[in-house]
Amino acid sequence: MSQIIVNNVQKVFKTPGKDVIALKDINLEIKQGEFVCLLGPSGCGKSTLLNAVAGFALPSSGEITVEGKLITGPGPDRGMVFQEYALFPWMTVAQNIAFGMEVQKKDKAEIDLTVNQLLEMLHLNDFRDRFPKDLSGGMRQRVAIARILALDSPIMLMDEPFGALDALTRRNLQDELLRIWNKLGKTILFVTHSIEESIYLADRIVVMTYRPGMVKRDQYVDMPRPRDPSSAKFNDLKRELGRLVMEEQQRHANDEMKLAAVD
Amino acid sequence: MQKLKDFAYGALVPVLLLILWETGSRLGLFSPVLLPSPTAVAIKWWAYLMPGQAQEAGQSTLAWLLSGELLHDAYSSLYRVIAGFLIGAGLALPFGLLMGASTRIYDLFNPLMQILRPIPPIAYIPLAILWFGLGNPPSFFLIAIGAFFPVLMNTIAGVRQVDGIYLRAARNLGVNQWTMFIRVILPAATPYILAGVRIGIGTAFIVVIVSEMIAVNDGLGFRILEAREFMWSDKIIAGMITIGLLGLAIDTAVSRLNNHLLRWHRGLEH
Ligand SMILES: Nc1ncnc2c1ncn2[C@@H]1O[C@H](COP(=O)(O)OP(=O)(O)OP(=O)(O)O)[C@@H](O)[C@H]1O
Ligand SMILES: [Mg+2]
Repeated sequence: MSQIIVNNVQKVFKTPGKDVIALKDINLEIKQGEFVCLLGPSGCGKSTLLNAVAGFALPSSGEITVEGKLITGPGPDRGMVFQEYALFPWMTVAQNIAFGMEVQKKDKAEIDLTVNQLLEMLHLNDFRDRFPKDLSGGMRQRVAIARILALDSPIMLMDEPFGALDALTRRNLQDELLRIWNKLGKTILFVTHSIEESIYLADRIVVMTYRPGMVKRDQYVDMPRPRDPSSAKFNDLKRELGRLVMEEQQRHANDEMKLAAVD
Repeated sequence: MQKLKDFAYGALVPVLLLILWETGSRLGLFSPVLLPSPTAVAIKWWAYLMPGQAQEAGQSTLAWLLSGELLHDAYSSLYRVIAGFLIGAGLALPFGLLMGASTRIYDLFNPLMQILRPIPPIAYIPLAILWFGLGNPPSFFLIAIGAFFPVLMNTIAGVRQVDGIYLRAARNLGVNQWTMFIRVILPAATPYILAGVRIGIGTAFIVVIVSEMIAVNDGLGFRILEAREFMWSDKIIAGMITIGLLGLAIDTAVSRLNNHLLRWHRGLEH
């Protein structure tokens, strides 16, 4: 049985004026240990879907189950990494990582051990007693990842986690993430609007349409890792997905033009 | 060297003013009763600082030094400020957290707060005497009122501006209501709360001087009013200078505390 099942999910935002159908007829099954990317242009509902799985904003209709259990709210079994890092600025790096375990009332010795391991794993040793304000974006995202790993949740949800980073740091963290994923065997649901990023990372890429957000293409990526972005196969897929995303991007742009015309 | 220069530059205006004032006094331009010379004030200040009696046998030098009138007054005033502030802020903080976090509680109490807030603490003096009589209690009451509203208002604002992303991150980690309050909302609101504390302490310090003019017989506020009755203008000014120094000391201490508690905050270098 699949670990995450998204069944006929629909999400409508009621706004003054008209309702926005952000998600429509979404059906997805994700297996334990799979690395899935949600790909699509801005506004197509990627975050909405991720937030529904996280339990922050439940679907208007349809249902999402994890390990057979219906999602009714957020929980530490689905750790979320936000684009804005969302580290607690008043806690040091080590305190941020430890917080989730303290909430779960783990004992002190176990917390210390895990924190040390994670600091090691994410190359954060020199920063353990620093506050987030002193860290670069890449470092902050490492801490955010460590914080979620500390929960030991089987599922990691990531909403454009590397979107704000420069190209080099980004590649670096992508490799880091793949290494961790390989080692710990987590299920990862990863939102991005970078086609290259999705091909570099995912087992499977779910391309979404723009308004209403539906699944346009469910594409398996059959390439051994580490993947070479300059290889022919990589670029064929990139062109193919590029075409799909462009179509949706175009609809998005048309929509905005129409809105502008009404104004 | 640079520091010394900065200090000399900063001292320029005060020193010039002192020289003018002293010269004016010596030339007989000002009446010594209305405006005594700086040297007269300094001599009085020293006398006010030093103990009245000679050191007794068996009394330690420190205890003897602390027995002077000035230190006794400063201590009394400081004690009132701290006690009154702790009462006022101690009530305002939990109340503000609740009002900030719950719109229902906010809507319930806000009208009352809006009516009470504009009443200056000084206006409570008659009631304070009526209710609490003489001595420290009316002072505590007035100071607590002065500290209450700034801390309350800032705590409410602080809780309301907490970025939703922290709440979501915390809920994702599985925190319960209590942990959310104590470990997320409260620290996220501290920059606002501490700004309120600083204003509250400032108000408390104003109120303590006034309250000492009505109901007690020690403290800096009492002393300068007492000096007026004897037309000791040198002592009035010596007392005022002490009030200024104590205020400066309190503000420095609060600002240090602020910097320490907010060392994680982006706007601050440490
Ligand atoms: N709280 C909300 N109220 C009203 N409309 C919303 C709300 N949240 C999202 N939407 C709308 O739903 C659609 C999907 O939004 P969503 O944030 O999921 O897009 P996205 O794919 O994550 O885009 P981006 O790449 O910009 O993050 C958008 O058209 C957006 O305007
Ligand atoms: Mg998004």
